[in-house]
Amino acid sequence: MENLSYMMAPLFSSKLLIVLFFGTLFGLILGVLPGLGPTTGGALILPFTMTLDPLSAIVLLTAIYCAGTYGGAITAILINTPGTPAAAATCLDGYPLAQKGEAGRALGMATVSSTIGGIFSVIILVFFAPLLAKLAYEFGQPEYFALAIFGLTMLASIGEGSPVKNLIAAAFGILISTVGKDFMTSIDRFTYGINELSEGISFIPVVVGLFAISEMLTQSTMLDQVFKRVALKAVKLPSLKDYKLTWKTILRSSGIGSFIGVLPAEGGTVASLIGYSEAKRWSKTPEEFGKGSIEGIAGAEAANNAATGGAMVPTLALGIPGSATTAVILTGLIIHGVRPGPELFREQPEFLYGIFGSMLIANILFFIFGFFGAKLFARITLVPNKILWPMIFALSVCGTYSLSQSITDVWIMLFFGVVGFFMRRYGFSVVPVIIGLILGELVEGTLRQSLVIFDGNWLMFLTRPIALTFFSLAIIALLFPLFKKKTKIIKLKKR
Amino acid sequence: MNNVLKKKRANKSSLPFFLKSSFKVSFIIILISLILLITTFTFDAVPPILNRGIQPATFPKALLVLIIFLTSVVFYLSIKKPWKKESKLPKSFFITLIAFVLFLVIAKTLDFFLAIAVFSALVSYYWGEKRIIYLLIVSILFPIIVFTFFEIFLGLRFPPGIITNIYYN
Repeated sequence: MENLSYMMAPLFSSKLLIVLFFGTLFGLILGVLPGLGPTTGGALILPFTMTLDPLSAIVLLTAIYCAGTYGGAITAILINTPGTPAAAATCLDGYPLAQKGEAGRALGMATVSSTIGGIFSVIILVFFAPLLAKLAYEFGQPEYFALAIFGLTMLASIGEGSPVKNLIAAAFGILISTVGKDFMTSIDRFTYGINELSEGISFIPVVVGLFAISEMLTQSTMLDQVFKRVALKAVKLPSLKDYKLTWKTILRSSGIGSFIGVLPAEGGTVASLIGYSEAKRWSKTPEEFGKGSIEGIAGAEAANNAATGGAMVPTLALGIPGSATTAVILTGLIIHGVRPGPELFREQPEFLYGIFGSMLIANILFFIFGFFGAKLFARITLVPNKILWPMIFALSVCGTYSLSQSITDVWIMLFFGVVGFFMRRYGFSVVPVIIGLILGELVEGTLRQSLVIFDGNWLMFLTRPIALTFFSLAIIALLFPLFKKKTKIIKLKKR
Repeated sequence: MNNVLKKKRANKSSLPFFLKSSFKVSFIIILISLILLITTFTFDAVPPILNRGIQPATFPKALLVLIIFLTSVVFYLSIKKPWKKESKLPKSFFITLIAFVLFLVIAKTLDFFLAIAVFSALVSYYWGEKRIIYLLIVSILFPIIVFTFFEIFLGLRFPPGIITNIYYN
């Protein structure tokens, strides 16, 4: 009951409501603009959160996360370009339906299913995160190490793209985290005599570089690309017939999205693809998929927004991000002196339930904004790249510089911008780098501390049941892509 | 006829391995990893009496070995795949890269604000914006707004330079 009152608190706080209003608005704009998104936006806005108290700061970031994930659907439906990677599956049916003159219906379904998916996942978050946090009391250093390893292997297993390349990218991310003074012995590693590197490489320059700057370079290779925008009169609420057709799909995808979100992988992107394919598998009219199926839109959108709440579960309960954007939120928590984990649930329930309540409100707010303002938000895509990206560059440079007032951070940002561009060009996802970087310290720290506990005996890991379970799951996660490939080959041979 | 030949060439898997982009990428990753691996041998070691657990260099070493191994796997898996012709990077990409370098040089030697203004004007112009008013908005007005915003709300002090020094007196 007390927790419920904490959840309701944002409703009665004018400050939090204003933060939610602007966070949702900003998130929608970021989601609509192809190439940007909640991860880049969150990283860019992070310096500004320093002027806010911790709760308002995290509420702002989570509002951006929820609204940004939904915003991608607007561009996916109207210009056949996903505003965020999580909206890629929405293009498949959203755009064909819009081309048939039913853009309003498509956007209406996307808005409703995103809201339901988002609210469903917050409910999961409210019930599941405290349970996971309680379980985390049983975790010692070896268990955290095994959990982090499991999280990283999940990137390979269900992450987008090549599993081996995802593992390389994750290892690269962890390697970045080793730059600077070793936290146990203060010995310099990979500093090459550069004093600024002794402190290590901060998270924000790497995120802004890998997402914003590399995207700017990608945009520079597509200057002659012209978007064809479908006209939109107004967003329509789905009809009773549409509801009857899609309610099962929305609920299924909400469940799938929440579950995928909890796993430390790629959050919304993977969730929407699985949500979409499951919607097709269970549909009575699978042949309609790809031609403008309303079920396809519902399946993808409910799943990607449901992943937002799901991804917050391990972030808050264990301090292990469920997606790239929650990695930014985790950084926000750390910057504001909040340590995620079981202690947070015991010591600051008002803070946590305030976040949960705010996420619920953010989902309702983006429903209202999306419903009444989608036409206006779609116009944002008309801002030409030649104007937009130099402005984003100025924001990126100042935002990166502002965190520690270090010009070296700006160089690091540009360096990772170039690295990120070539990674994408050659089929490496940049998301595992981010997850690897944020988990790097945890992986190395818990490994070394475990070895101290075990007196250097590696086999002692096998004597810890929880750690052993996570290691077994990690092995299964690593073998899963091979199994998937084998079954695919067998199926093809049968055909 | 020419197109047919080109298509055939694109699908040919028997090209010399060093021409494949997967080889080039794998080679570069392995080369950099090897250099970094050699660097790890120069890290200071903790005296045995203080050493509990592993040495500071062990963890990065293990990561680099893992990266080298996984990159070799990527290359091995790509051998059998048909060769795709790599699209050439357009001139606009290199201009943007040069603008980055220019930004670095100006920010380091002259002024941070000036560097952003020059970068924005150059990129915006090269990306197709020829209207002076928009170029001024992008390169002067917007950076001023951003600078002011950061200064007022975050109390940020930008690095000294010919323009920022005038502003800060």
